[in-house]
Amino acid sequence: MEAKQNKLETQALSSQRRTLLQAGALVAGSAALGFPGLAGAQSGPIKIGHLTPMTGFLGALGEYAAQGIKMAAEEINAAGGVLGRQLDVMSEDSVNPQTAATKAQRMVERDKVTVLMGEINSGSALTISQVAARNKILFMSIGARSDALRGKDCNRYTFHVDIPVTVMVNAAGEALVREGLVKGKKIFALTADYLFGHDLSRQAKRFFAANGGTVIGDELVATDVTDFSPYLLKIRQARPDLVATNLAGNQVTNFVKQYAEFGLPYKVAGFNLNTADAWAAGEGNLGGIWPTVWHHELKTPGSQAFVANFTKKYGRIPENHAWIEYVSLKMMAQAMTATKSTDTEKLIAYFESEAQFDILKARKAYFRSWDHQLMQEAYPFTVKPKGQAKNKQDFLLFGEAVPAANQPLDSLAPPKAESACKM
Amino acid sequence: MEIVFLLEQVVNGLVLGGYYLLLALGLSLIFSVGGIVNLAHGAFYALGAYLSLEVIKHAGFTGSIFITPVLVGLLGILFERYLLRRFYTADPILSLLVTFGLAMVAEQALRMAWGSAPLASTMPPEFKGQLIMGDMMFSRYRLFILGVVTVVMAGIWLLLHKTSFGRVVRAGVQKPDMVAVLGIRLQPYMTAIVMLGVATAALGGVLFGPITIVHPAMGTEIMTVAFVVVVIGGLGSFWGVVLAALLVGVVRGVTIHFQPAAGEASMYVLMFLVLMFRPRGLLGERIERFE
Repeated sequence: MEAKQNKLETQALSSQRRTLLQAGALVAGSAALGFPGLAGAQSGPIKIGHLTPMTGFLGALGEYAAQGIKMAAEEINAAGGVLGRQLDVMSEDSVNPQTAATKAQRMVERDKVTVLMGEINSGSALTISQVAARNKILFMSIGARSDALRGKDCNRYTFHVDIPVTVMVNAAGEALVREGLVKGKKIFALTADYLFGHDLSRQAKRFFAANGGTVIGDELVATDVTDFSPYLLKIRQARPDLVATNLAGNQVTNFVKQYAEFGLPYKVAGFNLNTADAWAAGEGNLGGIWPTVWHHELKTPGSQAFVANFTKKYGRIPENHAWIEYVSLKMMAQAMTATKSTDTEKLIAYFESEAQFDILKARKAYFRSWDHQLMQEAYPFTVKPKGQAKNKQDFLLFGEAVPAANQPLDSLAPPKAESACKM
Repeated sequence: MEIVFLLEQVVNGLVLGGYYLLLALGLSLIFSVGGIVNLAHGAFYALGAYLSLEVIKHAGFTGSIFITPVLVGLLGILFERYLLRRFYTADPILSLLVTFGLAMVAEQALRMAWGSAPLASTMPPEFKGQLIMGDMMFSRYRLFILGVVTVVMAGIWLLLHKTSFGRVVRAGVQKPDMVAVLGIRLQPYMTAIVMLGVATAALGGVLFGPITIVHPAMGTEIMTVAFVVVVIGGLGSFWGVVLAALLVGVVRGVTIHFQPAAGEASMYVLMFLVLMFRPRGLLGERIERFE
């Protein structure tokens, strides 16, 4: 009997000890992560799960993205944070759509993030937005441009910051029409073979059809293709009036470099280009008309200050993905401050109220309530005549904002009648 | 018209094949002689591309074609002396892991040194442009690459087959024990082979920087294709690797013309077919140590 009692005691003790050890580990673990225990969740830092591709064909853009959001967080925290709490942005490499979804789910479950932000790859943005909807948590999709994300795949937990494909096609397309490169012309297209490229191709074809151009070929290009010579030979066989590219990331750079290498005479235009891709192509290789969401030569005081601070901090000129991540976190902070809350429903309501945000452009931007996309200015750009560039990153000639100052901001975005978005 | 295109595409395939060859040959040699699967081979290719950007500033593009591979080759000596040498007789998995680790370290090191944004590398204007021959069009720069690769390959072939150095290396591949019995130390030969291998990989980086993008992950990306080429060609065979590199280049180019979406898959299908019917590769020799 006594022996049994002893055994029971030992068991109780060991189970007690185990609990103690677990609690100890928990405390130690929380301390290591930099927040003071579980009770402090409401007063600790506001955790933001940030995902962006830092490797692969969009990796160079992802680094700018991570730097942009980091700079915004540091500025906000230095000014006292949001609601008296610091912002804690955890940036991770999303790698690909599958990994992006897994990491997003982990950030929600294990790290208990307040919101999810980020992404450039439209495919990854799609899977993260599904995780967000399932967990009823807000996802600010920052750098992804696919129309499908805001159309048939939209949901009430996801907000879209970058300009959609339709706007990019319209921005560059209208410039092409003005130059007489569309009506009655033969157009050969190259398309990145994934969600975003297909989207771009669909919109581009619609635009050309509506403006009297004929698409005589549309080739799909896998995202890991680095040798474009077979495509260049096909283009030469087709002898088009215009080569229209619906490519993404590294593809654009490789294409324009090899196009210049082969010395083909046909005009080139594109519906997607990030400034980092243009810089990497080098002066003398790039030509044609392209759209952009932002460029470091934008002459607003806010933009110029941002460019100066970024350049000072990181030793290089910011790319459009640095800017967009920066303003996105500022918008998120504004929403939390205005609603005095980090509650998902309250934040959604605030964004849906079409509140105005200063995104360092001439006109303020707002999220359209019914499809959650940011209405803002975009810009076409061309290339400066040879010899005018002041440095290696100065050869882009930045155009006037679209929509023009007298048009409403949503005039280039797909209207409700054409959108498949139902929330 | 289709005939013209096929001819153009075959030439482009040869260029692309030549490019794979610069990587695959070193990979194959290092494996044949030392039994090491060098997963860090791509890192030397990337380093070649990056260093070339610096060398061009001082010695010009043509100078960089000669100087950069030598610099990387010297680094290859250290690589062999202080790292690879420990693993010749060890379990192959260890060398696999250590070179894999080195590849990752190298990629991050490039990121730290030059930043992760792709760098603009432009070829000298005199190389740019097209060469029209009848109905066919070629890139002048690519024909130049083809010329350089041919010269380098001819040089390596002569070295391996017409010199006493080459005889020892080939004997070392077939019967390392016999070479040892004859009183020849394979060690210095191994150093030379690794130096040669990483230098040709670096030359690949120098030549292809101007038409693709110089970025930190470029070495990892090219490794997959290089391995496919080595496996198709067969280990230990000089001509096998040459044949496989050209074959992969041409098959990819032609597939992209007729079925663009299958372009990347085509080389894996090719590898699958070759391995199905000839597991040792097209011209691969039996290497007793590994069978």
